Amino acid sequence: MTTSMSNNGNLSGSTLERTLREGHFAVTGELGPPQSADGDEIRKKAALLKGLVDAVNITDNQTAIVRMSSIGAGTIVVQAGLEPVIQMTCRDRNRLAIQSDLLGAYALGMRNLLCLTGDHQSFGNHPDAKNVFDMDSLQLVKIVSDMRDECIFECGDAFKGLEPRFFVGAAAAPFADPIDFRPYRLAKKVKAGANFIQTQLVYDVGAFAEYMEKVRGMGLHEQTYILAGVGPLKSPGMARYMKNNVPGILVPDEIIDQMTAASAPWAGKKKDELTKEDKRARSKAWKEAGIKVCIDLIQQLREIKGVAGVHIMAIEWEAAVKPIVEGAGLFPRPTLKEELPA
Amino acid sequence: MIVAEQKSLEELKTLIGESEKVLVVGCGTCVTVCFAGGSREAAITSSSLRMASKLNGDEKQITDITVQRQCEWEYLDQIAEEVENVDVVLSLGCGIGVQAIAEHFPNTWVVPGLNTTFLGLPSEQGVWEERCAACGDCILELTGGICPIARCSKSLLNGPCGGSEDGHCEIDPEIDCAWQLIYDRLNSMGKLDVLLELQPLKNWSASRDGGPRKIVREDLRLIEEE
Repeated sequence: MTTSMSNNGNLSGSTLERTLREGHFAVTGELGPPQSADGDEIRKKAALLKGLVDAVNITDNQTAIVRMSSIGAGTIVVQAGLEPVIQMTCRDRNRLAIQSDLLGAYALGMRNLLCLTGDHQSFGNHPDAKNVFDMDSLQLVKIVSDMRDECIFECGDAFKGLEPRFFVGAAAAPFADPIDFRPYRLAKKVKAGANFIQTQLVYDVGAFAEYMEKVRGMGLHEQTYILAGVGPLKSPGMARYMKNNVPGILVPDEIIDQMTAASAPWAGKKKDELTKEDKRARSKAWKEAGIKVCIDLIQQLREIKGVAGVHIMAIEWEAAVKPIVEGAGLFPRPTLKEELPA
Repeated sequence: MIVAEQKSLEELKTLIGESEKVLVVGCGTCVTVCFAGGSREAAITSSSLRMASKLNGDEKQITDITVQRQCEWEYLDQIAEEVENVDVVLSLGCGIGVQAIAEHFPNTWVVPGLNTTFLGLPSEQGVWEERCAACGDCILELTGGICPIARCSKSLLNGPCGGSEDGHCEIDPEIDCAWQLIYDRLNSMGKLDVLLELQPLKNWSASRDGGPRKIVREDLRLIEEE
């Protein structure tokens, strides 16, 4: 039996869901668990993000490198008073493991889930591993939506007790090939049940606006909440690397120029002419420029109709989130209406 | 066809080890066509091993023979005498051939000379590519005759993922993105609407995941007389 209306019409009642449903421009962050069993690493990162974001994505063996599990790290994040978005990939678990882990995650207090296919293991530190890919991200979205709305497991068996009620998300890569198909693939994710979408990093606002025009044309922005992905650049080299080496990321030359301009005082100096202090000062100048570029991007993205929020990816640079959120005028985060008792 | 490639000479030397009498057995079917284990390769392999043995000063007796198909008992019967006279058989058949020899000659030690690699085709001379994963539940009608199970690195049924760039898979620029090929073909045939359907989870029980597979055709079986 479905209980979908027991939570004031909310699907999960998560802060992220309520923020979006109340029409606030949402902010999510990202927290990469450590390659160790050190829970304090999570607590430190969570402290840098608390109060600045509505929810934080906990990556799942990102780039196929073994790290603390997203559910384990997510539990620590919940304890730290921050709301996690559990990322779940299809690379490492079959339908039995995914469903059982999600039951556990829900019991531990997780309410948001981002469904991903997952990076191929050849990118990571265990390239000899056997992969699973029992399903893809769209099928995973459908399974967890059905667990919540139909109260059934993938096999069709009904739940005998409490069903897990996640706010279900999926990713979108607006600029990956074949680019013409991208809005349609998003439509498939929405049809599968994606309640929210977090996109790949956007640096080319013009190209993203064109994508959103197609998305609006299909009415998708009214069926799901779209959070545009942004991330602060650390150097012009990082910008060029993403432009040239990462599929599906467009970095306009103006942004590379903005980053390069930040290091003007050190321009023309050869590598060995730079002192340690020079390098430190240059890196600081680049990081400041990166944060400024990120703030500008958020402000432009916010103007695009159908963009319901931003997903700030500052992995291993969590300290950047505070100046970005504040600089973009997104702080303090909204106070949500008190929930009526069910 | 089944595509395979030869193990290195060093590996083959290790595989035959201390055995004095060695029979290299080629196969006249798939591995002949992919130049891995036909009569030509069997002859070259046995002569290379003889040379290696001579250099080593141990003068092994290494001969070769090729059957039309290592995976059928009737062809293996034809080499029963040769097989029973040696210490080890180095099979240049695919994994099926190696196992057929082991099964058919219970007292013979057989070792694999090839790595059986995939089910595929020669896309151009000297290049073989995987095409089929033998998943037991063909869905090629949904993908314009291009298999995402065998050819997408993640076997996606609702591709393409975000890692497709310039028609290549992100894991290797030498590998075509299967979903770009599927998209292009359906597009050129005016059938892109097929891709709008959400494909459900696959039933992997028809694949190896369901355990070793067996097909029994009662209509073809020889009926034993009462």
